[in-house]
Amino acid sequence: MKLLPENISFDQIRQFGTFIGLILLCALFTLLSPYFLTASNLMNVAQQSAIIAVISVGMTFVIITAGIDLSVGSVLAFSGVVMASVLHAGLPLPVGILTGLAVGFACGLINGLLVTYGNIPPFIATLGMMSIARGAALWYTDGRPISGFEDSFRFLAHGDIFYIPVPVLIMIVVYALAHFVLRRTKMGRYTYAIGGNEKAARLSGVNIKFYLNIIYGTAGLLSALGAVMLTARLNSAQPVAGMMYELDAIAATVIGGTSLFGGKGSVIGTLIGALIIGVLRNGLNLLGVSSFIQQIVIGAVIIGAILLDTKLKQIKNS
Amino acid sequence: MIPEVVLEMKHIRKEFPGVVALEDVDFNLKRGEVHVLLGENGAGKSTLMKIVSGAYEKDEGEIRIEEENVEITSPGHAQELGIGIIYQEFILNPHLTVAENIFLGREPVLWPGVINQKKLNRDAREILNSLNVSIDPGQLAGTLGVAMQQMVEVARALSLNAKILIMDEPTAALASKEIEALFTTIRHLKSKGVGIIYISHRLEEIFEIGDRVTVLRDGRYVGTKAVHELTRHTMIRMMVDRDLDDQIPKVKADPGEVVLKAVGVSVSNRLKEISFELRKGEVLGIAGLMGAGRTRLARTLFGAEKIEHGHVYINGEEVELKSPKDAILAGIGLVTEDRKTEGLILELSVKQNISMPGIDKFVNFGILNLKKESRVADEYIRKLNIKTPTGNQPVIYLSGGNQQKVVLSKWLCSDVRIFIFDEPTRGIDVGAKTEIYQLMNQLTARGAAIIMISSEMPEILGMSDRILVMRDGRIAGELQGGEATQEKIMNYALGEPYEATA
Repeated sequence: MKLLPENISFDQIRQFGTFIGLILLCALFTLLSPYFLTASNLMNVAQQSAIIAVISVGMTFVIITAGIDLSVGSVLAFSGVVMASVLHAGLPLPVGILTGLAVGFACGLINGLLVTYGNIPPFIATLGMMSIARGAALWYTDGRPISGFEDSFRFLAHGDIFYIPVPVLIMIVVYALAHFVLRRTKMGRYTYAIGGNEKAARLSGVNIKFYLNIIYGTAGLLSALGAVMLTARLNSAQPVAGMMYELDAIAATVIGGTSLFGGKGSVIGTLIGALIIGVLRNGLNLLGVSSFIQQIVIGAVIIGAILLDTKLKQIKNS
Repeated sequence: MIPEVVLEMKHIRKEFPGVVALEDVDFNLKRGEVHVLLGENGAGKSTLMKIVSGAYEKDEGEIRIEEENVEITSPGHAQELGIGIIYQEFILNPHLTVAENIFLGREPVLWPGVINQKKLNRDAREILNSLNVSIDPGQLAGTLGVAMQQMVEVARALSLNAKILIMDEPTAALASKEIEALFTTIRHLKSKGVGIIYISHRLEEIFEIGDRVTVLRDGRYVGTKAVHELTRHTMIRMMVDRDLDDQIPKVKADPGEVVLKAVGVSVSNRLKEISFELRKGEVLGIAGLMGAGRTRLARTLFGAEKIEHGHVYINGEEVELKSPKDAILAGIGLVTEDRKTEGLILELSVKQNISMPGIDKFVNFGILNLKKESRVADEYIRKLNIKTPTGNQPVIYLSGGNQQKVVLSKWLCSDVRIFIFDEPTRGIDVGAKTEIYQLMNQLTARGAAIIMISSEMPEILGMSDRILVMRDGRIAGELQGGEATQEKIMNYALGEPYEATA
């Protein structure tokens, strides 16, 4: 009982700690590079982080249920090329985008069905989907990118609304919605309940299968939204797009404090996690660090963050 | 010369947070005898055996092995001291051969890291031969039947030079022919001087294979007798003859109309033709030994397990219970036996746990009304006197009794009218127990109906208006509250074949 006050706030302390980490990282790059702390560069970071950040929201929901989704990058590529082909066929913009989103949702839903009705572990189900969606994207396009879109579509990556870049705006809206869903809706409550103790949730009347399907479907949908943003930015939908995005999304989620064992986590933490990865990439670029070494640094940061997390928990529990 | 008494335990005491599991328990085992350890569920048999086998450390008391004082510090240490244990559930690795299982971790080697396969199989064959069983040492353990796997376990224990062998319900999973084979082996082991501690609820077996019987009750030593001095009746008496305190504040309610009716409910071999009626305002106790099917019945009525045959009627209408959700909608709530793994979501707060089954009360178009949720949860925290700083406290930090009250609040909050309580007061302190009994009284007074599964005799006798006793997946007997006694319940729970000897 005496551990109480610390315990209540541990997750908040953890989240605050991640935020401090982000600030310290920014301070470090500010000292090392005069270009880092400029409005245009910070906007740049936000824009570059936006796609991973959006995908990471779906990942966070899935991981809170004690699952994992390895297929987000491939689903992004597949829904991107399908959307692009619809747009190139001359259909209106909303039709193209909705088709892309529908493809993403369908891929995610298949993951969910495999997990819930097929009783396949999420790792395996989504590993299979990762390969299938990638293969489908390559097959559908014959391995070639689909490029060149009208300005109204490219506005989604390059436009501003009230001086805020559209991708950043999309990110903010997605996060606000996701935060609301997790904290204020039945679906959010059930997400935590399923990850915290699936058996107890079922015995409390939670329709586990239904909610898991919605959650995996949403993860696919958000990957497709990432595809919209990426295609608009590159003015090209590529079947090889989104490679390794699943790892960045998992990294952002766990750095943000969501437990891989499920039952715990927040999208605010994930946003900070995604920004940490974004800042790290941007800062290292500004410093002229080679992309090879960048990979090493990012890997070390992921391990370091979790190591610190584990140590802190041990100290707290002892 | 090997001493006559191989194991002697005196004044053993073991305490777990909140409960004294063993108090001043004596036990001794002679060479070449089968000493039966007898008692109800929770009498302390398993705890005592876990102390002997090194899984638990005793708090007080002495243990002597062959007249030498020992402190058994770990399972490995117990093994070195010559104590072997055959668990109810086997722990053989199915993908290894019989010989590899017997010598796991102690394989003979040709040179470091390379197993001497020949010697391994030869040694295994020798031990198996000494047991008079014909099992090929090279066979994969997973391909053996239950009885033969058990023999391999025995062989493994013997290969460790066990002088003391603990067998925990060894016949539970065996057919009658296999039991005969096991008894032959046991007699053979006896002749070789191995002392066997035998735990079983099957009284007929005790008469057949046992030499002496020690009875435990509520963690205390009742007595030790030679089997030939005992009858079925005297054994039952020793097991249950306790003073019933009148601490249980039962309020008799007038049972009203039938709210739940089960007709011929069956689940493969686990539940057989269960039929009964539950009335409004009544507490229907379900007694029985562990494994009798009580929990399965509860889970089946709650839709957590499929009914294969039979029908369930709620208020006269047949219902199909395909999931717990269906059961909740039909007005049934289940307070599970194990609140930590099935009753609660430990990381979530008191408030969030309370609102879970009845969450739709707090939801409009999918959005939670957090204010209303807090208000209602706070009401239950106050009414049930749940000790927590706030409703936002994760339930993992609450004590057992308070956690149980959270589980109860879940179902109170969800407006169910039929409550199934599975061991409602297990592992909680006396004060919280009384509060839970009072709550049950309030519920029945307001017209709810309660099915209460319990292994605690005073609770079953004190709280039930009517008692069903289960055995082997069947209802073995029904007793009205007034006529029920501990002996009658135990007699049904153990089965009736030896009635004549009583």
